[in-house]
Amino acid sequence: MKAAPFEYSRPSSVAEACELLTRDEDARIIAGGQTLVPMMAMRLARPTRLVDIARIPELAFIRDDSDAIVVGGATRQAALERHASLAARLPLLARALPWVGHAATRNRGTVGGSIANADPAAEIPLVLVTLDGSIRARSTRDDKVIAADDLFEGPMATALALDACLTEVRFPTWSHARMGSAFQEISARHGDFAYVSAAAQVALDGDGKCVACAIGVGGATAAPTRLKAASAALLGGRLDDAATREAIAAEIAALDIMIDPHASPAYRRRVAVTLAHRVVIAAHDEALSRTPA
Amino acid sequence: MKVSLTVNGETREIDAEPRLTLLDALRDHLRLTGCHTGCEHGVCGACTVLIDGAPARACLLFAVQADGLEITTIEGLAPAPGELSLVQDAFCETHAMQCGYCTPGMVLTAHALLRDNPAPTRDAIVDAISGNICRCTGYGQIVEAIELAARRLAGSNAPAKGDAA
Ligand code: FES
Ligand code: FES
Repeated sequence: MKAAPFEYSRPSSVAEACELLTRDEDARIIAGGQTLVPMMAMRLARPTRLVDIARIPELAFIRDDSDAIVVGGATRQAALERHASLAARLPLLARALPWVGHAATRNRGTVGGSIANADPAAEIPLVLVTLDGSIRARSTRDDKVIAADDLFEGPMATALALDACLTEVRFPTWSHARMGSAFQEISARHGDFAYVSAAAQVALDGDGKCVACAIGVGGATAAPTRLKAASAALLGGRLDDAATREAIAAEIAALDIMIDPHASPAYRRRVAVTLAHRVVIAAHDEALSRTPA
Repeated sequence: MKVSLTVNGETREIDAEPRLTLLDALRDHLRLTGCHTGCEHGVCGACTVLIDGAPARACLLFAVQADGLEITTIEGLAPAPGELSLVQDAFCETHAMQCGYCTPGMVLTAHALLRDNPAPTRDAIVDAISGNICRCTGYGQIVEAIELAARRLAGSNAPAKGDAA
């Protein structure tokens, strides 16, 4: 399996990369290439030119803002995994990253690449949607922020223009003292594509009442889905077992579930409810174990 | 186009089409056939090399992308011709290979693991090699080999970071 011929450029700035993308509509960005290269080897992708952004210095950074961790588009997944404040400030992402491919692919794969690729089973997009994050995209025409909610349109489809370069990803952080998070997924083997994945982050007040709640499911739907109604219903309550399951099941019952040869929609729906329920309970337990501020 | 590859400390220039993978460049242009071709789409780990010290799949990278980066292949691990690295030696001793197809990838992955984590738990070892498929051994002896190498590393007076890399 060999890729079809293409031209290769390695620009040294985002401006130059955008310029190259405008000039040729069949040019594609390559960063880590951990999905694009196999797609090209199988001839499922056939770009005329690869614009290699992996070494553009302005795209590789991790910045601790007061209310978010902001990550450059071409930052490697492994670098983010090792970021010192990640576990404390973005525990949900810290828990999800080890599920992304394997160590060898995380060493090359980038955070922006995983998001731009928009695989419905991918973990980083799920965390971005669950935490209501956003990305920034630059082209020769504009430089704009796109909310995660508006970004993922379906399997491998995003609102990113073909000539745009994803320059940064913003993962909002929470400042609650009593916060807990959990991430789980089901796949044939660890490291394989998830049939269903679920993420949750909750915060409690000193009294044990839920003051913030974010729940998301991936793999089951065409794009990662934030369970907004369930989260809203659980807010202010005590996240007891039955109420949590009921709220989650009600929202998931109304979702359009994907079908593929690996798992039926009925199975995916059932697993989505179970996993989402489990992660909320686990996140809640963790939050309870934290002392109030 | 001209690509300069630094492999096992030696820099060589090759003339490569952009679509040439690092795997094919290593095997066909540099004759480093210890880098094995398996699936050619990133699922088996047979082509694992170290890039700037970290395991990566040589089939998931075009050679042009690796221009100027430090690449280590299985051929670069032994301290001298005819000798074995500590990890290679442990693999021999515990019979951690049968056909040997997965072995270079396993050994390089183990080297990187032990460099970052000289005393890995069994779970950490299993996780580290989870991206490398072996169709022969059932993995048991591979895990044992890495445990043995870790014990020897701890017992040797080599600094923990130096020898394993
Ligand atoms: S040949 Fe590269 S992962 Fe299989
Ligand atoms: S020894 Fe044959 S594949 Fe591992």
